[in-house]
Amino acid sequence: MINFQYSRATDVADAVQQIAASTSAKFIAGGTNLIDLMKDDVERPTRLIDISRLPLKQVQQTADGGLHIGALVPNSDLAYHPLIEQHYPLVSSAIRAGASQQLRNMASTGGNLLQRTRCAYFYDTATPCNKREPGSGCSALTGAQRMHAILGASEACIAVHPSDLCVTLVALDAKVHVAGPAGARVIPFQDFHRLPGNTPHLDTNLHPHEIITAIELPAQGFAKNYSYLKIRDRLSYAFALVSVAAALELEGGKIKQARLALGGVAHKPWRVHAAEAALQGQVPDGTAFARAADLVLKDAKGYPHNMFKIDLARRATIRTLTQAAKGTPQPPSNKKIM
Amino acid sequence: MTAYIGTPASRIDGRAKVTGEARYAADFNEQNLVYGAVVASTIPKGRIKHIDVSQALRVAGVLKVLTHQDRPQMAADDDAYKDDVAPEEGSPYRPLYDDKILFNGQPLALVLADDWETARFAATLVQVDYDAAPYVTDLQAQLSTAYVVPKPEKPRGDAAKAYAAAQVRHEAEYFIPTEYHNPMELFASTVHVDGAGKLTVYDKTQGVQNVQGYLSKIFAGSVQEFRVISPFVGGAFGAGLRPQYQVVLTVLGALALDRSVRLVLTRQQMYALGYRPATIERLALGANADGTLAAINHEAIAVTSQFEEFSRNDTGWSGLLYKSPNTKFVHKLVRLDVPTSSDMRAPGAATGVYALESAMDELAVALDIDPLELRLRCYSDRDQNENLPYTSKALHECYRQGADAFGWSQRNPKPRSMRDGADLVGWGMATGVWEALQMPVAARIVLTANGHAEVSCAASDIGTGTYTIVAQVAADKLGLPIENISVKLADSTLPQAPVEGGSWMAASASHAVASVADDIRDELLKLAKAVSGSPLAGAAGADVTLAGGRLVSRKDAGRAMSISDLMRHGGLDRMTKEKLNTFAQDHSHARNTHSAIYAEVKVDEQLGVIRVTRVVSAVAAGRILNPKTAGSQVMGSVVGGIGMALHEEAVYDHAFGRIMNANVAEYHMPVNADVHDIKVIFVDEPDDQVNPLGIKGVGEIGIVGVAAAIANAVYHATGKRVRDLPITLDKLKA
Ligand SMILES: Cc1cc2nc3c(=O)[nH]c(=O)nc-3n(C[C@H](O)[C@H](O)[C@H](O)COP(=O)(O)OP(=O)(O)OC[C@H]3O[C@@H](n4cnc5c(N)ncnc54)[C@H](O)[C@@H]3O)c2cc1C
Ligand code: SF4
Repeated sequence: MINFQYSRATDVADAVQQIAASTSAKFIAGGTNLIDLMKDDVERPTRLIDISRLPLKQVQQTADGGLHIGALVPNSDLAYHPLIEQHYPLVSSAIRAGASQQLRNMASTGGNLLQRTRCAYFYDTATPCNKREPGSGCSALTGAQRMHAILGASEACIAVHPSDLCVTLVALDAKVHVAGPAGARVIPFQDFHRLPGNTPHLDTNLHPHEIITAIELPAQGFAKNYSYLKIRDRLSYAFALVSVAAALELEGGKIKQARLALGGVAHKPWRVHAAEAALQGQVPDGTAFARAADLVLKDAKGYPHNMFKIDLARRATIRTLTQAAKGTPQPPSNKKIM
Repeated sequence: MTAYIGTPASRIDGRAKVTGEARYAADFNEQNLVYGAVVASTIPKGRIKHIDVSQALRVAGVLKVLTHQDRPQMAADDDAYKDDVAPEEGSPYRPLYDDKILFNGQPLALVLADDWETARFAATLVQVDYDAAPYVTDLQAQLSTAYVVPKPEKPRGDAAKAYAAAQVRHEAEYFIPTEYHNPMELFASTVHVDGAGKLTVYDKTQGVQNVQGYLSKIFAGSVQEFRVISPFVGGAFGAGLRPQYQVVLTVLGALALDRSVRLVLTRQQMYALGYRPATIERLALGANADGTLAAINHEAIAVTSQFEEFSRNDTGWSGLLYKSPNTKFVHKLVRLDVPTSSDMRAPGAATGVYALESAMDELAVALDIDPLELRLRCYSDRDQNENLPYTSKALHECYRQGADAFGWSQRNPKPRSMRDGADLVGWGMATGVWEALQMPVAARIVLTANGHAEVSCAASDIGTGTYTIVAQVAADKLGLPIENISVKLADSTLPQAPVEGGSWMAASASHAVASVADDIRDELLKLAKAVSGSPLAGAAGADVTLAGGRLVSRKDAGRAMSISDLMRHGGLDRMTKEKLNTFAQDHSHARNTHSAIYAEVKVDEQLGVIRVTRVVSAVAAGRILNPKTAGSQVMGSVVGGIGMALHEEAVYDHAFGRIMNANVAEYHMPVNADVHDIKVIFVDEPDDQVNPLGIKGVGEIGIVGVAAAIANAVYHATGKRVRDLPITLDKLKA
């Protein structure tokens, strides 16, 4: 942990101004990820700009029937917000599958998007890691990689994005509202996180001095046929080995529209449009789901410790789609898999 | 009178704990406290070529940085570093002693500063230049270097031949990875400088007098007197048996600055302390068709450090538990460049019995006999190693009561035959066994004329309930309400006690208290006899008892005198007695606790997700002093067993010789969601031979066999036998 300065932002413009004025400043919201990384000397900001008191804590309905979620809404408030529970239960379910109640009380919506990977080497400054120190090498390639990526990885980095919430946000076509020195812009969720390529130190396409102000959800919440299933090494309080968000719109016994995204498998929340397209117009049955799962994992590549995740992801995809189709979503509090 | 012994009395320290009044090692404040932060090695082996502390020293608020080159004096002989429970063989690690690096995470420097944050920041600025040396950290890769360590259990007959000739055979290798204790409380010490060469050390430890003796030897040249205090311990599970390096570093800091110092280790740094050694267990069981054993071969290979030889009894349980005319045991060690392995809850048994009881389950399958029935056919009323009768052994009752409570008779023996929707259901069982140990312990009672008593002893309460049972025994023996008893523990100036470990403290401390209470009674009787016309004239010690605040004749309750009257007659306002209790050395019987564990798992057939939905643990451990605290011990042990079976593993990357999950987010232990229905049964086991009060102790018996029962249940559910722990879902698919 290094010495740092601390200041509070008075409003969004001030936050942007403060961060642009400093070379290695960081925003701090809930601090649940940043402080851990600072203790381990992975993040070394010279200044922390506290944004936790900014008025970005509202959940409001938008004109077109969607939802506007302030970046500082705590994860737990969001999970239990009546509008979320009613219209976007997929989101609620994913949040509740993550971390612990105490952490969710502290964690913010914006911070959740920007949490860093849990790759052990990234946290351990005694080992090489391209994400932490570009060009130093990727220790996970030949090391402890049980949790690592099976899709979209590169030789430079095989880490995964650990968020549960984000898996559902990408599935639901959310948008990320940001503000920066050059003004405000909106980033489709799909384009928010990056694949590692040869720049694994960049997790997202957020520009250095930008702040996330809100997440926007479109009107369609798939509240009838959805499920979020998280498979992990213990029954709670563990990051996903594999997680699946499935949402279906059924009509006349057929799938009118499908959404499918996976967590714990790639450097970004992994949405598979091809699998969604393959499901469209199909009868929601095992055959259709198996085909979709095959499409999800078509290009999957495992490493010695995580090879099992390919088959696990396949099975979990089929199961989650089945839960969604049956209208029996995985309840977050019951660990028996429905 | 037993108004309290055997009752579920609530913890007398419970209120202090939940209100935050209970103070732990890092809670003892003093003005102008100095804070320490450790700089830890990032390589497993080599030398410190150069250590540059200049940048750290430039930070405002940094007072000093200690290194092997710049520190107060420490003893030069090995013996000074041997604590009471150090392994016999080897040369203990000396913190900050020289330039040698023996393991990853070894402390190389201690930064001392005005506050913790400054110390921690400055610690990142200490530059260490290493001379790295080749190292080994992989047990499997070093098997060729395994060497045999002698163990007491003797071979019987010709196990190799009997195995070869056996009608039914089972041979397999089981593996338990390195596990860490991970107590909730971080290891910490606060050292107060009292002046005149006296230091008071608040330490997280399971033995204050062990730490006191250890520090006194290391700092014999510079410190007149150490007093070590540890009133509360936030869990230890064996991690606090040996003095840990932070206490030495804190004393060094206090001596260097002549100021009071606190050092709290980080969770990561605690992974450079002791651990349950990774162990390979090879079992080869030969059986006759009738389900009796013809041969037991058990070989264990465990990890120790390059500098000390730590090993426990893994294989002896296989010799002890079941009838078999032919047995052979081998215990080997592999030396790695890691810290010395250590005791962790039921050391040796948790690992050895996991393997034995898994192998017995596999043998039952091979024999097509119910696993419980197999245990009954191999049951022994005698300790098979020593051929001795037991002081008591109610294992039969454990099997029976456990099976009844669990519903074992409803089990379909066929794997994959029981279902609950998408879940496969598995039922498994195992036997547990541990020792009933007892040690010399002294206690002091100060009785005041108003009928209050203070009982004191240097023993620790590591969360097990020692405070409470000591109060229960004292209240009964002194005939006072428990509210009138206050208990002082874990101060090295109090009467002698060994480390709290091995499950020996309940029996040992109880007898110490009972025995000194008898002295109080005798002294009161003397006072009674001195009173003219005493109703107790002519009575002997054994004829009277203390009850209801009075000394009473056992024969005639009408003959009695109150404590306050007696003390007044004697002109006393307080009476103090202290006594060391020792136990008769009786080698004519074996002394053990036993258990039967029944576990139910539900495994999602497609995804392999495992839930331990029910555990019944039936324990025979002599007299249970307090079913509430003892029940919590066993319940906590079962949770530990779930962790062993399904979660716990220190993940090494041998390319760096480092543990990659050295934190409690990634080193998994069970959380609430992993813990379902746990039923603890204490089977009646009267035993007037083990010791006068019939106490055997329960701290460790609860974990032994649990991992096997769960692994056996997983096999029964899935048909897949996973022998290397933890059983993660990928292993079910492999
Ligand atoms: C033990 C543990 C277990 C966990 N388990 C899970 C899990 O199972 N699933 C899961 O999804 N998550 C899990 N988490 C992660 C947790 O969800 C994140 O730490 C949390 O969401 C981060 O939010 P925060 O507000 O605390 O972020 P902070 O720690 O404050 O910030 C994180 C990063 O985001 C930046 N930042 C924050 N807000 C903004 C903003 N508005 N604009 C721009 N930058 C911003 C900060 O500068 C920082 O770089 C776990 C965390 C821990 C510690
Ligand atoms: S996987 Fe990525 S984060 Fe992990 S060591 Fe490799 S580069 Fe670093």
